[in-house]
Amino acid sequence: MKRRTFTWLAAASIAAAVPATAQETLIVGAVAPKTGPLAGGAAVSYWPNVQLWVHDVNARGGLDVGGTRYMLEVVEYDDQTNAGQTIQAVQRLVNQDGAQIVLPPYSTGLNLAAAPIYNRLGLPMVTSTATTDKADELSQQFPNVFITLGGAVPIVDGVVEAFTALRDEGTIGNRLAMVNVADAFGIELMGAAKPAFEAAGFELVYETSYPLGSQDLSPVMKAAAAAEPDAFIAWSYPPDTFALTEQAIVEDLQVGAFFTAVATAFPAYYERFGEQAEGVLGIGGVNADGEAFQDYAARHLEVTGAAPDYWASAMVYSSFQVLEQSIEAVGSFDNEAIIQHIKDNSFETVIGTLEFDENNNNTSFWTVGQWQDGVFKGVASTGREGAVEVQPKDGWN
Amino acid sequence: MRLTNRDWNALGLSALLIAVVCCLPFLTQGYWLSIGVTIAMYAVLATSWALFSGPTHYISLATAAFFGVGTYTVGYGIEVLPYWTLLPIAGVLGAVLAALAGLATLRLSGVYFVIFTLGLAEFIRQIITWVQNLTGQRGIYVLTSITESHIYWQLVGLAALVFLTGWLIGRSRLGFALRIIGDDEEVARHSGIHTARAKVLLFMVPGAAAAIAGAILAPRYVYIEPMLAFTPMLSFQVVIMALLGGTGRLWGPLVGVIPFTIIWEAISASFPNQTTLLLGVSFLVIVYLLPRGFVGLIEDTRHRGREAQA
Repeated sequence: MKRRTFTWLAAASIAAAVPATAQETLIVGAVAPKTGPLAGGAAVSYWPNVQLWVHDVNARGGLDVGGTRYMLEVVEYDDQTNAGQTIQAVQRLVNQDGAQIVLPPYSTGLNLAAAPIYNRLGLPMVTSTATTDKADELSQQFPNVFITLGGAVPIVDGVVEAFTALRDEGTIGNRLAMVNVADAFGIELMGAAKPAFEAAGFELVYETSYPLGSQDLSPVMKAAAAAEPDAFIAWSYPPDTFALTEQAIVEDLQVGAFFTAVATAFPAYYERFGEQAEGVLGIGGVNADGEAFQDYAARHLEVTGAAPDYWASAMVYSSFQVLEQSIEAVGSFDNEAIIQHIKDNSFETVIGTLEFDENNNNTSFWTVGQWQDGVFKGVASTGREGAVEVQPKDGWN
Repeated sequence: MRLTNRDWNALGLSALLIAVVCCLPFLTQGYWLSIGVTIAMYAVLATSWALFSGPTHYISLATAAFFGVGTYTVGYGIEVLPYWTLLPIAGVLGAVLAALAGLATLRLSGVYFVIFTLGLAEFIRQIITWVQNLTGQRGIYVLTSITESHIYWQLVGLAALVFLTGWLIGRSRLGFALRIIGDDEEVARHSGIHTARAKVLLFMVPGAAAAIAGAILAPRYVYIEPMLAFTPMLSFQVVIMALLGGTGRLWGPLVGVIPFTIIWEAISASFPNQTTLLLGVSFLVIVYLLPRGFVGLIEDTRHRGREAQA
């Protein structure tokens, strides 16, 4: 009994509507965590997009490959947040299930662990949830792998840019409190951020790190508040993003800029803090006022019953669109030609135009967003259109 | 050491089996090879685990700790040293860690040891994170040209080494001492056996084997992060597979590893959300139906057959 998201009823109704072309079925493979530490993030940013993309493609009559229309049928596997399982599942999808398209996995670690197998199978791999500063080395080793979500260094540059803008207009001073979660991505961001902020003339009045999974972050926030900073930054993960915001409200931390990292862009963040989230800065962002995103967000809500997040969600869907457009443009399942097509062309997606440099790296992505009027709007990016002006944080109401 | 004809036959047969097993990458490059890698990995981990836990009845949950140490040895070392030198280094580090953990806990009885080993993986993971945090470490990449076939052969080679070690220990004074310790530690001590030293020495074997296995698999992960290298699930799976097979014989854990991996794979494919259930059911089966694992089952059947003949 395989889990197939495809519904025969929908197929039948579409078949009736488009009787002219022959109907073929195409197996699409998807593997990502449904259990394990990353299951929560995948449930917000990854799985709904698989469902939505397949729905969208089938609703417009299927994938047109060289004149034949293919209805998509998804085979989903849970990799249990275990790299060995990811590799095995990709093999299984191609060899046992006959998947013609395999979507990229979820998270930096699982994507990179699966890169060799995608490479050996010759599959195009447009990653959407991997952040890396090593795109050049990766693309040399795995020419089929594309990076879209950026790396730690440009993200930090974006944050520095946003904070410098606030300082230059006199909203905040130079005193900065900065904390990080002591785990891979948090450490990497902190490592890049310290020299960058010092170079920009900020004074680090408080810094600390806390272990992954810390339950009580009130000592961190108390100490940060005691240092009387003008601005606060946390390179945090989802649970601590929520906990630190909570503590900032409790301590009534008075700063002109408040930044938390991963999960600030989740709709759940605004649901949890409501108007108190206004003005909070976070990692990610989208062109929230753009038509492409608004249309996407409405379909996401309608088809999956949940709103997309304001960072990775749209990128995940966009990476599927890159694959979709390339396959249709090439007109066959010749993976080599598809990979070449991805390298050579630019793509219109829900995130805007996507194109890749000589290192298979998408160099324009959102780095910083801010909650403004209940929407998490992009305020800094590396070349995306639609950034809004960054606003000072006006207390916690 | 004198070898009887039977020993030579067993050794010859094992060598032949290993040669056959090594042919897998020539038959398939895809799906079955990746399952082969998984089976070879668990064969190493479960067999070396049973070498220690079988005779002594100490349940060790430290596999993930040793495995992660091996993975990180390659993660940090690959930039400065050639890959081949990292495997023995990982083995030595694993053995030293096992000796330290053993010295600290193996004088204690049963349950303290279990808890300590469970905490060990988390402890080492925290130390690595702490060091990374202190130095502002970037992500660790292991980019090599090592393929799945190479990894498979290395693991099979390591498994052969583990079996040989187990076989030699079984024939040695150390093996004899351990069987006595397993039966009654008090008796062993009164017979003049240095029980703590014997246990620590033996605990170094799974330590080294799991660390080398982690080192071999590091190139497969490409990107090394604590969550993937020190996953506690690994320790539990190894224990369940080894107990399912039975720890009374050297080949016992292997009899557990192969069916478990294949069933796990079948369940992952057909009921992706129910894998944790399999772990639970296996535990119940072991406790209620197969206290001595498949080995016990096979031996009982043979025994009954012999009785029927007589």
